[in-house]
Amino acid sequence: MSRLEIIKTYKIYIGGAFPRTESGRYYVPLNKKGEPLGNVCLCSKKDAKNAVVAARKAFGSWSERAAFNRSQILYRIAEMLEGRKAQFVEELVLQGSTQKAAQQEVEASIDRVVYYAGWCDKVSQVTGSVNPVTSSHFNFSVYQPMGVIGIIADQSTSLIGLISQVIPVIASGNTVVVLAAENLPLCAVTFAEVINSSDVPGGVVNILTGKPDEPASVLGTHMDVNAIVLGSDSKELNASLRKSSALNLKRVIEMQTDWSKADAQGLYQITDCMELKTTWHPVENIGGSTSSY
Amino acid sequence: MRSTVNKTEPIDFSQSPKVDKVGVEERVARFQTRSLKGASKLQGLKLALNMIDLTTLEGKDTPNKVRQMCYKAEHLHDSHPGLPTVAAVCVYPSMVKVARESLRNPEVKIASVSTAFPSGQADLNIKLTDTKLALDNGADEIDMVISRGKFLSGEYNFVFDEIAAIKEACGKSRLKVILETGELVTLDNVRKASDIAIYAGADFIKTSTGKIQPAATMQVTYTMLMAIKDYYDKTGIMIGMKPAGGISNAKLALHNLVMVNETLGGKWLTNEWFRFGASSLANDVLMQIVKQETGIYQSTDYFSID
Repeated sequence: MSRLEIIKTYKIYIGGAFPRTESGRYYVPLNKKGEPLGNVCLCSKKDAKNAVVAARKAFGSWSERAAFNRSQILYRIAEMLEGRKAQFVEELVLQGSTQKAAQQEVEASIDRVVYYAGWCDKVSQVTGSVNPVTSSHFNFSVYQPMGVIGIIADQSTSLIGLISQVIPVIASGNTVVVLAAENLPLCAVTFAEVINSSDVPGGVVNILTGKPDEPASVLGTHMDVNAIVLGSDSKELNASLRKSSALNLKRVIEMQTDWSKADAQGLYQITDCMELKTTWHPVENIGGSTSSY
Repeated sequence: MRSTVNKTEPIDFSQSPKVDKVGVEERVARFQTRSLKGASKLQGLKLALNMIDLTTLEGKDTPNKVRQMCYKAEHLHDSHPGLPTVAAVCVYPSMVKVARESLRNPEVKIASVSTAFPSGQADLNIKLTDTKLALDNGADEIDMVISRGKFLSGEYNFVFDEIAAIKEACGKSRLKVILETGELVTLDNVRKASDIAIYAGADFIKTSTGKIQPAATMQVTYTMLMAIKDYYDKTGIMIGMKPAGGISNAKLALHNLVMVNETLGGKWLTNEWFRFGASSLANDVLMQIVKQETGIYQSTDYFSID
């Protein structure tokens, strides 16, 4: 008798746990050959709301962690991705990639995580500044994480886009709610399993699947979301998110490019989701020749 | 309000009804399946808000902390008109004077803990002085703790007499009796302590000090509500209920209201007969009210600090 294969249930990832969507709905995305990819959660507004609550809860301790520790944890993500390379390649192939392209995408994704792991404890040195002012103040500016970021992931890739949009945002101490690619959701769910086993505290990364429009509407209006990353190229969705984001003046950041390119990574991807804080500290004129500093 | 202590017949509190724990758990699970939507949810949230005893009971409480809390009690979220105030503020006796000076609105009562809160490990004279101090400084309500050590060693008459003595000292001010259910271990004990408090003259029975976990679980609150119900059925006298500690979100508050309604009935759904002792519940309820009225999920960034 031949063995009956166990088909994987693709669940969502909220607050470090893998629930099904509270709505109980699912959809079956197909690949180009018309083969079903699996039963995938069709997330609702309430799922988005729950994910924001989890992300807010995680923000405090994640952002207050030593940057070096965040760097170690991001590196751990890369290690875990490396260990599950074969699974990601298989999923990419099922979703329509060639074997070679799949291999390249996974390797580029892992390298990208390592790249941003290196940046964690260097962002503030490179971007921060001591500013010349005309009064007796030590005036300095440093970038700080914004808080909870909603990310509409790149809809044309399954893994590399997601990684390229999520990792730089959490590197600085933000927490995220990600809406995965509607038609290529498999790697997002498997990536959630990687996150879950990589020392990343629950709630830092929350991943939802389904049609982005519905949960995205909650992310747009939600007063507790500090910025929205528009990673999809849907004009309608982006326009409606820009409009709803005006409610609490949340930042709207466009992140769309060909993520497979080697130069689709950089410091600005990190600082895009940070706020510049300037502090005026009363002292003598530190730049003057008589300064004791 | 109960002005006299009910001491007409001797009662054997060791014969208090036994509590079916499994039954209580199942019953309580039912209350949590009720779904309040739309206008009823909004009504429930506003009712819950109006039942809160806004509480600060820390060793580090300062007069300014109390002033700030009193201001919050009267101005919960001024940018959203039409909201009720909370029912009361709840402070230590030494802070009652500050609260009295700060509060403008007579709707907001001042509750003071007393009787060597939270442990209750003091002589009766000290407890009476503590209570008198709170009342002299202007407290409207007294939240006393029972002597759990005496209760657990079976000295029910001691506990009864102590409550009766404090009740006498309270005069016309309402007395809430804190059982500290987290230290009573079993639901049978919770029921017994509830009966003792009710028969000794409590106007309210209250679950916890907020210093011990677990605090106001729904199982415990339900057991106490049943004691109130049995007493009401027998005597026709209403006793109030105050779960305190651990009720930190609007959903849990609504579940409690559902439970009160289905156990004691709508008569208890006012802040005269039901209160929440909480420090962080108010903001969550406020955020839910604004969400309900605007359709937009809220952030603590836009609400006053607890």
